[in-house]
Amino acid sequence: MSNTSKNTTPPLLIVDGLTVDYGTKGVSLRAIHDVSFELRAGEAVALVGESGSGKTTTAMAIAGLLSPNARVAGGEVRYRGSPLPIDDDAAMRPHRWSETSVVFQGAMNALNPVHRIVNQIAEPCVLHGMSRAEAMARARELLELVGIPADRGAAYPHQLSGGMRQRVMIAMALACRPSIVIGDEPTTALDVINQAQVLKLLVDLRTKFNLALILITHDLSVVAESCDRVMIMYSGRIVEDGSVADIFAEPKHPYTRLLMDSIPNPAEGKRMLRPIPGDPPTLMKRPLGCAFHPRCPSAMAICATEAPHLNAYGKGRVACHLHNSLAPADKVSVNA
Amino acid sequence: MSRRIGAIFLRAMMTLLMVATLNFILFRVIPGDPASLLLGGARISVTAEQIEAQRQSWGLDRPLFPDQVVDYLSATVHGDFGYSFKFRGRHVADLILERLPATIALVGLAQFIAILCGVMLGVYAGWRRGGGIDHVATGASLALYSTPSFWLGMLLVVIFSTALGWLPGYGASSPGATIGFVAWLLDYLRHLALPVFAVALGLIGQYVVVARAAMSDVVTEDYMVTARAKGLTNGQMLMRHAFRNAMLPVVTLVSLNLGYVVAGAITVEAVFAWPGIGGLTVEALNARDYPVLQGVFLLLGVSIVIANLIADLAYGLLDPRVKQ
Repeated sequence: MSNTSKNTTPPLLIVDGLTVDYGTKGVSLRAIHDVSFELRAGEAVALVGESGSGKTTTAMAIAGLLSPNARVAGGEVRYRGSPLPIDDDAAMRPHRWSETSVVFQGAMNALNPVHRIVNQIAEPCVLHGMSRAEAMARARELLELVGIPADRGAAYPHQLSGGMRQRVMIAMALACRPSIVIGDEPTTALDVINQAQVLKLLVDLRTKFNLALILITHDLSVVAESCDRVMIMYSGRIVEDGSVADIFAEPKHPYTRLLMDSIPNPAEGKRMLRPIPGDPPTLMKRPLGCAFHPRCPSAMAICATEAPHLNAYGKGRVACHLHNSLAPADKVSVNA
Repeated sequence: MSRRIGAIFLRAMMTLLMVATLNFILFRVIPGDPASLLLGGARISVTAEQIEAQRQSWGLDRPLFPDQVVDYLSATVHGDFGYSFKFRGRHVADLILERLPATIALVGLAQFIAILCGVMLGVYAGWRRGGGIDHVATGASLALYSTPSFWLGMLLVVIFSTALGWLPGYGASSPGATIGFVAWLLDYLRHLALPVFAVALGLIGQYVVVARAAMSDVVTEDYMVTARAKGLTNGQMLMRHAFRNAMLPVVTLVSLNLGYVVAGAITVEAVFAWPGIGGLTVEALNARDYPVLQGVFLLLGVSIVIANLIADLAYGLLDPRVKQ
């Protein structure tokens, strides 16, 4: 599966020039800027980036879960051809969970501590039209599906291990048979064994139900095991987009390259963690031009003045002047 | 589960025993000889023989431990709290029971009103944090919380009794006979109104502050994001996911306060000349009526222990994590 036009089925989801600001008391901060991509049914895409890169804002916008202080400043999200009212909390309600669900970090506090897990799984089914009895039967079926005996459904979250809680979260995400599942760092709080098992479960279920998966992560090893495509985000923009194979074999953007290099790989004699020098820019103070240029080893004069467009390059897309044969069009700084 | 309840009860019993023992010791270490106090203190001259006879008749010549302690504890268990110094020959238990209904009416009603208004207001303020109601409720609550209730009481008397003349400012009934239960009840409630509000206003502030803090914590929890993502409406999120979690700290406060229902509101009862336990305590203090004070202290201790017991049990029902 790829993002190219060879695929004839229309995309399930189109994000087109999405720009989101967070406003607090007159100050407006741009969280994501001109984010565009397509997602096909059954496709697994990873959104990778540091904290503050905009990956969570992007995913939450798709799920219709922007916080009340967020404002869609431009662009739109189209689902099955029609625009989603992502900045209208009430209008998004029918879409939530039944079309797009989220696997939160269940190992932490994403499950309500005072309700039995089976009731928490059944809750969205009832909300989206099932009878109480049907919903409970569905919840028990889902528990079995993620490898938890149905009679454990009477347990409360604190009675389960972190790995099991994450399985419950996955079962819950599948409750209303959504087309898109967003994984919000679903394996982050787990130990390595549980990480592998939960990830395998997610990948298996995705294949079984032909789910489109958007995986938010900063762990590149998770990406390699579970996704078809990866989008790298930096300071509110997508800087590179391509198939997992291509990006792992030959990262184009200097940031992606440094990200790959920062993973310790004992097989290649890289035993030390190699951090990227400098700090990611804050939302308050973004550099002019390419936001990465102050940390970029290949920065040129143009990088400090003009932000590169995300242009098609090879089979994927990259936003970098090094790989830009087209004329730079965007001379506006991000915070303009 | 049942083991937890057993442990809770055992702990409560141990606490009660300690309360009773401390209560005994407290009044033995206070300076002054009860026998000479009984005979009129230093005001009149009595012979050493008379004092000795008094000591013998009250058993004060026997050793404190074990004789007097055991006597005290066994009498207490049997409901015998001794005789009042001030109200000669009257049982302490009778005096307390006489005053208890007035106090329960005053503090119980005040608690009921305060819990209802305070919790609702606090929950709403925490839910809509930063909104208009939140600002008003939080500001007013802090002001009420930090105002002494007797001062509020005097203010209420000045406004509603002295200036406006709407409600009586003291006592529990109007002078002169009132005929019939309904007339008596209406008169009683009119007398109750101002003291109830004096107590309730301060408590409302307390409940608003605690409920708001608890709710603001819950609102930022991850499971509230999950609830929203599932497609719940704001009302459903509040009622199904937020409320129960936010009630945990409130339950603690409610049950601790309920312990004080029987102890009365000493200062407010004094301001309004309300014939409750608080008033009795003040009278007993003035007359150095140790047996009555001892009885009141014991009552307070017991009711707080029972309130804590209820809080422990309620916690188990509200929060499944507590059961383990």
